[in-house]
Amino acid sequence: MNFTRRDALVIGAGAVTAAMLPIKAFASLADDAEAAFTGGAATSDGGIELTAPEIAENGNTVPVGVSAPGAVSIIIIAAGNPNPDVCTFNFGPLAGSQSASTRMRLSGTQDVVAIAKMADGSFVRAASTVKVTIGGCGG
Amino acid sequence: MKISNLHRFVQIAVTASVVSGVASIANAQDNDSLVLNGEIEMVTRTAAPAYIDGLDEVISGWHFRSDETQALQMDDFDNSGMLGVDAGQEAWDTVQGPEQKSCASCHGDVSSMEGVRTVMPKYNEEAADLWTLEDYINNCRTERQNVEAWGYTSGPMTNMAALIAVQSRGMPMNVAIDGPAAPFWEQGREMYYTRTGVLELSCASCHEQSAGLHIRADHLSQGQINGFPAYRLKNAKLNGIHARFKGCVRDTKAETYKPGGPEFHALELYVASRGNGLSVEGPSVRN
Amino acid sequence: MASGVKPRVKVPKTAAAGEVITIKTLISHKMESGQRKDSDGNIIPQSIINTFTCDFNGQNVINVELHGAISTNPYFQFEATVPESGEFTFTWQDDDGSTYTDSKSIAVS
Repeated sequence: MNFTRRDALVIGAGAVTAAMLPIKAFASLADDAEAAFTGGAATSDGGIELTAPEIAENGNTVPVGVSAPGAVSIIIIAAGNPNPDVCTFNFGPLAGSQSASTRMRLSGTQDVVAIAKMADGSFVRAASTVKVTIGGCGG
Repeated sequence: MKISNLHRFVQIAVTASVVSGVASIANAQDNDSLVLNGEIEMVTRTAAPAYIDGLDEVISGWHFRSDETQALQMDDFDNSGMLGVDAGQEAWDTVQGPEQKSCASCHGDVSSMEGVRTVMPKYNEEAADLWTLEDYINNCRTERQNVEAWGYTSGPMTNMAALIAVQSRGMPMNVAIDGPAAPFWEQGREMYYTRTGVLELSCASCHEQSAGLHIRADHLSQGQINGFPAYRLKNAKLNGIHARFKGCVRDTKAETYKPGGPEFHALELYVASRGNGLSVEGPSVRN
Repeated sequence: MASGVKPRVKVPKTAAAGEVITIKTLISHKMESGQRKDSDGNIIPQSIINTFTCDFNGQNVINVELHGAISTNPYFQFEATVPESGEFTFTWQDDDGSTYTDSKSIAVS
């Protein structure tokens, strides 16, 4: 079958669009995860700190920390992972602060989102883009 | 096999571009210092030994990792490799086999292993051969405990190697390269500088000539092994020296060698000697 | 019970009454995420630690819900207020029904 250059361009554009679909699908999963935590309530900025590297040395083990003074619980969501849920910290009466750190897996470059549920029922949100690289020869 | 001039040109060009790579935030190794648990000061940079021509300074792999990765090694409770050390300690104390002996039965507390890691691998007079730490461990198991040898790169072996490395943390590596060790060292040196495989790369191509540059997104280190066994973020477990050698050679698209085999024994001695003076860090944390 | 699952916990030995201390916890666990496939192309089922709890003298410090994106050998660092001498208890729950525990005492001067 003979393709003209125009045909090839159209097919190519279609392929690019198709390749972008999975990311979009995960993005809506991430929206669902956020909504499940907030019950659909609006979130505001500020009052929550999310610490994650700008460039993750390896996507298998990415250190991440969250802190939101006065929070009841904090959820971490990896917006680009096939399953965006990472973990939820629920702080008890003897928590010394409403902060915690852990290590997570990221399947690729993506936004990491942290949402805190505050004692008064409001929600605050922070997000950070983490670049996840493919190593050169680490195998 | 004849390679056309064009093919060879492409090969060299690809190699050059891959290796020179993206010299991003410069090839800056940082000037941080590694003080373990706030107590043990590690020597992570020192003058290169006289017999290494291609380097002026030897630098631990720790310096080539991101700040976040470096932090993981600075506290024994942040370092997931210590889980392997705990497992090794349990094995050290476990009485087993027909002789009903544990390592502790003969060696006492594991702190008696202080200094052992710094001289490995070394020439064993009785065996008239170069022995690695793994060889000594398995020799004890099969000849004295009368139990099965551990797989050279197995979990239990790597855990035990990590436990023994911990006893020498902070002490400078000090392998002997003269006397009966000399022929093995020469063999290792030749391997280090010989280009092999489809990409025609030698260890030196990356780890001597290009240390500090990036290969794709990896920050190339000097390939030192003072930090082994290393907890690699990539596979979230402890990795031994020969296992890493095997992967490295395979990654250069060359036929790789068998862990525990004579080639890697010689290579380990040579590579260890390139880091003489650096502190034992095992278990280190690397990518 | 998943084999070889061992905790490793850092708690200071002493504290002043009411002091805030840092606690670090590690546990050796593969955390099979449920995303990987075996050599036949079948999904390897999820098998993770799904909950981690830290209590002190019966009161809760923190409770964590874990999902498959938590790295192998789950690590948590958090802070606790120490009102009096007592014991921290740490509990991890596995998808396969097992529970792993550890405890550390602390003396309040």
